[in-house]
Amino acid sequence: MKKVKSLVLAGLLAFAPTLAMNGPALAQENAAVAAPATGNDTAAADSASHAAAPAAEAAPAEKVAAPPRMKPTLGIGMPMPGEITLQKQFSPTGHTARWLHDVMLLPIIFAISILVLILMAYAMWKFRRSANPIPSKTSHNTLIEVIWTVVPVVILLVIAVPSIGLLADQYKPAPKDALTVKVTGYQWYWGYEYPDNGIPEFVSNLLPRDKAGANGEPYLLAPDNRLVLPVGRPIKLIITGADVIHSFAVPSLWVKMDAVPGRLNEKSFTIEKPGVYYGQCSELCGARHGFMPIAVEALPPAQFDQWLLSQGGKLQGAGAATTAQAPQPAAAPAAKL
Amino acid sequence: MTTITADHHGDHVHEHHDADHKPAFFQRWFMSTNHKDIGTLYLIFAIVAGIIGGAISGLMRAELAQPGIQYLQTWAQFSDGPSATLDQAYHLWNVLITAHGLIMVFFMVMPAMIGGFGNWFVPIMIGAPDMAFPRMNNISFWLLIPAFTLLLGSTFFPGGTGNGAGTGWTVYAPLSTSGSAGPAVDMAILSLHIAGASSILGAINFITTILNMRAPGMTLHKMPLFVWSVLVTAFLLLLALPVLAAAITMLLTDRNFGTTFYDAAGGGDPELYQHLFWFFGHPEVYIMILPGFGIVSQIVSTFSRKPVFGYLGMAYAMVAIGVVGFVVWAHHMFTTGMSVNVKMYFTAATMVIAVPTGIKIFSWIATIWGGSISYKTPMVWALGFIFLFTVGGVTGVVLANGGVDDVLHDTYYVVAHFHYVLSLGAVFGLFAGFYYWFPKMSGKMYNEFLGHLHFWVFFIGVNLLFFPMHFLGLSGMPRRYPDYPEAFAYWNKVASHGYEIMAAGMLIFFVNLVWSLVAGKKAEGNPWGEGATTLEWTLSSPPPFHQFETLPVID
Repeated sequence: MKKVKSLVLAGLLAFAPTLAMNGPALAQENAAVAAPATGNDTAAADSASHAAAPAAEAAPAEKVAAPPRMKPTLGIGMPMPGEITLQKQFSPTGHTARWLHDVMLLPIIFAISILVLILMAYAMWKFRRSANPIPSKTSHNTLIEVIWTVVPVVILLVIAVPSIGLLADQYKPAPKDALTVKVTGYQWYWGYEYPDNGIPEFVSNLLPRDKAGANGEPYLLAPDNRLVLPVGRPIKLIITGADVIHSFAVPSLWVKMDAVPGRLNEKSFTIEKPGVYYGQCSELCGARHGFMPIAVEALPPAQFDQWLLSQGGKLQGAGAATTAQAPQPAAAPAAKL
Repeated sequence: MTTITADHHGDHVHEHHDADHKPAFFQRWFMSTNHKDIGTLYLIFAIVAGIIGGAISGLMRAELAQPGIQYLQTWAQFSDGPSATLDQAYHLWNVLITAHGLIMVFFMVMPAMIGGFGNWFVPIMIGAPDMAFPRMNNISFWLLIPAFTLLLGSTFFPGGTGNGAGTGWTVYAPLSTSGSAGPAVDMAILSLHIAGASSILGAINFITTILNMRAPGMTLHKMPLFVWSVLVTAFLLLLALPVLAAAITMLLTDRNFGTTFYDAAGGGDPELYQHLFWFFGHPEVYIMILPGFGIVSQIVSTFSRKPVFGYLGMAYAMVAIGVVGFVVWAHHMFTTGMSVNVKMYFTAATMVIAVPTGIKIFSWIATIWGGSISYKTPMVWALGFIFLFTVGGVTGVVLANGGVDDVLHDTYYVVAHFHYVLSLGAVFGLFAGFYYWFPKMSGKMYNEFLGHLHFWVFFIGVNLLFFPMHFLGLSGMPRRYPDYPEAFAYWNKVASHGYEIMAAGMLIFFVNLVWSLVAGKKAEGNPWGEGATTLEWTLSSPPPFHQFETLPVID
């Protein structure tokens, strides 16, 4: 009797993933029972935990195994110890932006700082009182004043052109066939929903230190459930906040967008390579602001489709479009309020 | 202001009747209407607040020295009682960052720069006997006491998850409205209201004094640059602070009276708060740094024995920074989801500020060029300011790019940037000014060796503390985190060691301060020689209780 009770309890927890904040272990056990078809190792179980609800609900007509939970690669999609520069980029805007930073901005600001340092050091040495007891009385020189006004203007124009270009490029609206995912920030976890594919919201919580260690994932960067996205396909995230402002950020994809309650912010990008890309909440959101990590698991398109099906979702595209009953709900309100 | 030769023969003859008639202790220090005494009170207040704010950053660097939570839970027992939970410990972290920011901005830098040095030297530099509204000057200072008490007291009242206001110094809605139940945030908001009122009164006083009470012959274009900097700052205060007051008043009504200015559910918008806050917040950063510009200009000119290069350009560069500073606020909001055209505008407008700032940097270098430089302590601090402010300024150009800000926003890169312009900019300006005017204010010389030692230890400390934060930010470490992934451990450890060195530097400062006040050599009226051309150096050190009873005449 007791066993039945606890099973029912576990089942309830799995059906209401938003309640399962502290019970990923419980949910996983249940998932393993609900979807015994997975012939995968334990790593798959983690990824399947959120599958519990949809998979159990859907008729057992077709059971597709979720692809195994991807292992992160050291130095990809995460910071490295002692690193002094930007993370390696895996999106086209990331490359453009990193070029702007590394090739334009960094050399320019270095040159300016060094120039100021050299001028100061030279003047401080040359015009010390013991070497130059009589000060000059010069206090104006129109030519030099014009030069040090005009030259910075020119430098800034040189920076401004690619900078404005980057912005235009970065915020191009996503194409119609982009994969839409709704991202919601909660105190203190993330929720992901695939409205066009019929996958209801599942939540993503911090993976405790021992579990992260066991998985070979960095603690504080690794959540239990990842945001699974396809490689090479345009992605449109619709980002909002449920309670206070959060910020969805993945440095290696050059993504950061605030999750503001009452607003639907849109962020579009494309991921170039399969991999696990970590990020962290980037807007102060209360006590556990530092403990709501983000992980994007980018899968090759075929595996991504497999993942969609394993979650009880529908495929998008020409074939799927005819049978899709939901008329693209997120397309209209994507713009700002 | 090429040369101001004061002509005030009468002074010494007449001074003796009642110029030095000082009121009794309580009247003098608690009911003061004398600009110099009020300036002293402001400086003492700023030093006390600086010790508290600096100690808080010490707590934060201790916790961040290595990954994991080491001390927060122990500390949380002081604010939340012996049964403090882990969440309350995390909340305490947010209380610490909030308190550090608010204290350093509103109760350390502003009171020291404007209240302290502004009160002390603006009237003297323009040849006025006192401020235009001496009693308003008194209330400006005394309002700070309840404001600071409210802020410190808020730590002991509920503020959501734990005790204290944990909203960050920006107090963003809805974290500060629906996200923080309890009176702590109300107390912090009221504290800002009162501190803001204090600053507005001060600003009115400075504007009136500078525009109306200049000595005969002291035209606007002959005013020392420090006076110019305070004039521009006062206008920024006057125009920016009411907007903050409005923004936080709406926070209060949202919190307590059911309005929905910042709540989308009732037709409001959380972004509205951010726009209002930063319309104040961006001019605020110039409010903190402009007086520093003024101080550095005076010092560089004095110790190079040369007039400031391009005086008019310097003055109007500050005016330009002040004006443009009002139309760039949304570069603090690049990731909030503004339209791309708005981002382009704010990117371009922000970069424009680099031009007048560049003019100032190059003009300072041109001022020492060809000079006869002596490296007294204030000069060393001023030169340190010029270079470190340049470093902080150029990272500002990087952050100005909306596209690049997508990855740097709210990371330690931003923390590094604004500490380079404030902790290494404004604070170096403060120390430069303190050493420069210490003999004038106290009548005693500071210890030159300890002053230099303070500079070098502090210089190494703050650079070790803040430079690695650029690396942390570039590799993605977000701000306002009590714990971080293992990968960020190295540079955090370095930064915490930097704090230790910086703290040692501060100890040297306090030793020097006490030593100089007790045993310092008596200072002459003008200890700096022929380079010091402004009016304060024509008076005795310390100046008589009432100066310029006969107005000086400026050629």
